[in-house]
Amino acid sequence: MSSRVQDTPTSRLRGPLLFAAVALLILLTGLTSSWNAALSLLNMGLISAIMALGVNVQWGYAGLFNVGIMGFIALGGLGVVLTAMPPVPEAWAAGGGRVIAALALAAAVIATAVLLWKRMAKGRARGLAIAALLILGFFAFRAVFDPAVAAIEAVNPAATGYLGGLGLPVLFSWPVGGLLAAGAAWAIGKTALGLREDYLAIATLGISEIVIAMLKNEDWMTRGVKNVIGLPRPVPYEIDLQQSQWFVGQMQAIGADPVTASAITVKLAYAALFIVVLGIVLWGAELALKSPWGRMMRAIRDNEVAAEAMGKNVKGRHLEIFIIGSAIVGIAGAMMTTLDGQLTPSTYQPLRYTFLVWIMVILGGSGNNWGAVLGGLLVWFLWVQVEPIGGWLISALTSGLGQDHSITSALQERVAYTRLMTMGIVLLLVLRFSPRGLLPER
Amino acid sequence: MIDLLNALVALLNYVVIPATAYGAQLALGALGVTLVFGILRFSNFAHADVMAFGTMVVIGVTALFQSWGISFGILPTALLALPFGCLATIALVLGTDRVVYRFYRRVKAAPVMLMIVSIGVAFVMNGVVRMFVGTEDRTFSDGARFLISARDFKAATGLDEALSLKTTQAVTVVTAVIVVAALFWFLNRTRTGKSMRAYSDNEDLALLSGINPEHVVRVTWVIVAILATVAGTLYGLDKSFKPFTYFQILLPMFAAAIVGGFGSPLGAIVGGFTIAYAEILFTYAFKKVAGYVLPEALQPDGLAQLLSTDYKFAVSFAILVIVLLFRPNGLFGGKSA
Repeated sequence: MSSRVQDTPTSRLRGPLLFAAVALLILLTGLTSSWNAALSLLNMGLISAIMALGVNVQWGYAGLFNVGIMGFIALGGLGVVLTAMPPVPEAWAAGGGRVIAALALAAAVIATAVLLWKRMAKGRARGLAIAALLILGFFAFRAVFDPAVAAIEAVNPAATGYLGGLGLPVLFSWPVGGLLAAGAAWAIGKTALGLREDYLAIATLGISEIVIAMLKNEDWMTRGVKNVIGLPRPVPYEIDLQQSQWFVGQMQAIGADPVTASAITVKLAYAALFIVVLGIVLWGAELALKSPWGRMMRAIRDNEVAAEAMGKNVKGRHLEIFIIGSAIVGIAGAMMTTLDGQLTPSTYQPLRYTFLVWIMVILGGSGNNWGAVLGGLLVWFLWVQVEPIGGWLISALTSGLGQDHSITSALQERVAYTRLMTMGIVLLLVLRFSPRGLLPER
Repeated sequence: MIDLLNALVALLNYVVIPATAYGAQLALGALGVTLVFGILRFSNFAHADVMAFGTMVVIGVTALFQSWGISFGILPTALLALPFGCLATIALVLGTDRVVYRFYRRVKAAPVMLMIVSIGVAFVMNGVVRMFVGTEDRTFSDGARFLISARDFKAATGLDEALSLKTTQAVTVVTAVIVVAALFWFLNRTRTGKSMRAYSDNEDLALLSGINPEHVVRVTWVIVAILATVAGTLYGLDKSFKPFTYFQILLPMFAAAIVGGFGSPLGAIVGGFTIAYAEILFTYAFKKVAGYVLPEALQPDGLAQLLSTDYKFAVSFAILVIVLLFRPNGLFGGKSA
């Protein structure tokens, strides 16, 4: 990772050519199936690119191995619900204040425990005092918290049964999602950084599972598995466009079907928003990488001992970069939930979120921001298209057997699982034969 | 007095027996993780999928045996199929090592690299398992369902509370004891086992004294494959087989290995039981027990459950965090590579 690449003309052309190839793939999808599908691919690809950028900041700049990306993505999604959904006044009246009081109590107990740990002399007295405080605090918290939750969840459970959000415009939720993810990253980083690198990996794996369990179970906050649907949108609704005289007139003037055109317009609007965010993040990431701070990060990554000997605070810098990277992932998670228009906690799967993003970073080229963007777009394309391609391959291979032969149908059923295998094989091949990725770090 | 006995039986039935069975499964899983870590020096994220693969083969062979009419009396037929599952899994992991991991050993890649590689391996294995058996839930235990059934126990003792012992739970504990005893005998008494421990303690010194590293690695993989297949099969027998639940026990297994000290086999066993008991104690609703023991006035209103069962990950995670904060090398002082 540390050796520099020669700046030959081919290596300078490589990036633009690869990006052109991905653009061509998406255009081909548009031409062969539909523009709607192509734009969906592009939108999720752009979000994936931002996620990959966040992970690249952690892994590529600092060599931190985060296996909890799914959790940070989900926290971003939570940010959308908490920011953009309208508040539920009945639920707030029923138990809102009490929930806040309970959470404040929990925070106070933990803060006191930390204070005791720092102030009291080492010994058995300290351990007992902290244990007693935490146990009492836990029961006190539950005593305040449980009735409030029951009251909130009893308020019209079929439609709300939760506190709702702040009712702010949905675009505000993107930074909020980033902040939530940053908070979680701070807590994890404080615990697991500075220890062995596997510990960070396992700790992040744990926090991501807990975040998902929380989203599924804390109905007062997220409605749990009942899902929050109908999240506000930053772009117009298709149906409003179809009813707008002006829009229909414009579309008829260029000879387009207003229904299809409205769907495409909405997707284009999303794409524009996403490109703006991607641009800002990419610009910031590049600026940081080329700054003295970025050089220090890479120096720490390449030789921690030497950097420490030069007086660099390795743990502090790692904490910084871990928080920044997680915040970027959180922003992308909020954008994804906004695009979906709903928060469905049961759809968060580690293979789909955490590990797919890893493949994006490694295939794209770890340490290279443009590589992460390329990886995000390309791997998302492959992830979506492997299934139809696999299906097509199988029908081509088994065409001699006939459509209702048992082997044909057995294979067709299993196409869905080829995705995992293809992604795993891609990852292994890249790591083995081209560990620097498509666009190597320079 | 009777109340106290009832409370005790309830605790045995809902906490001690399930936690012991689960602890045995976790301990076997954590042993596999810890051995890979001790000898090959990386955290193997594919371990859960190796377990799922082994279990899948066992399920296939069990179905074959059942169709031939072979059964194992009151014990599950799967135990007869276990050796075949182990053989298939040994072939799988040795093949994986040859095709994938060996290269990184040769180039002396950083442990974090091997960790990422193991994630790729996990993807492929997971895909293979899903392709063969799909994702639906499968139960494959047969034979007698209970060793002690709730009704017999009530009739025999006259207590209100019933105690039941599933065959699979007894099989789990007995098998785990046998496997662990065999493993410790192997590590402490045989030449190969001793060379494995030497290699784990100090690689350079072991190489200087003429230990063949490739041989040590091969033996390790064989043991890990057997442990994983046994752990996976026992877990599947006790609960049911679903490919992605296996990925979910990866976290408790890692937590168990870290709590005990990464690289320490004894630590993995202690860690496995610690995590299992903690998970079940924290998520068990003590209302029933309290009903027998406490006087009327002190009865809890709710379920007296510390955490909802969905937060069992949070328990293993909390233990993990406490260990990381206060004893980063684990209870039995594992290695810090």
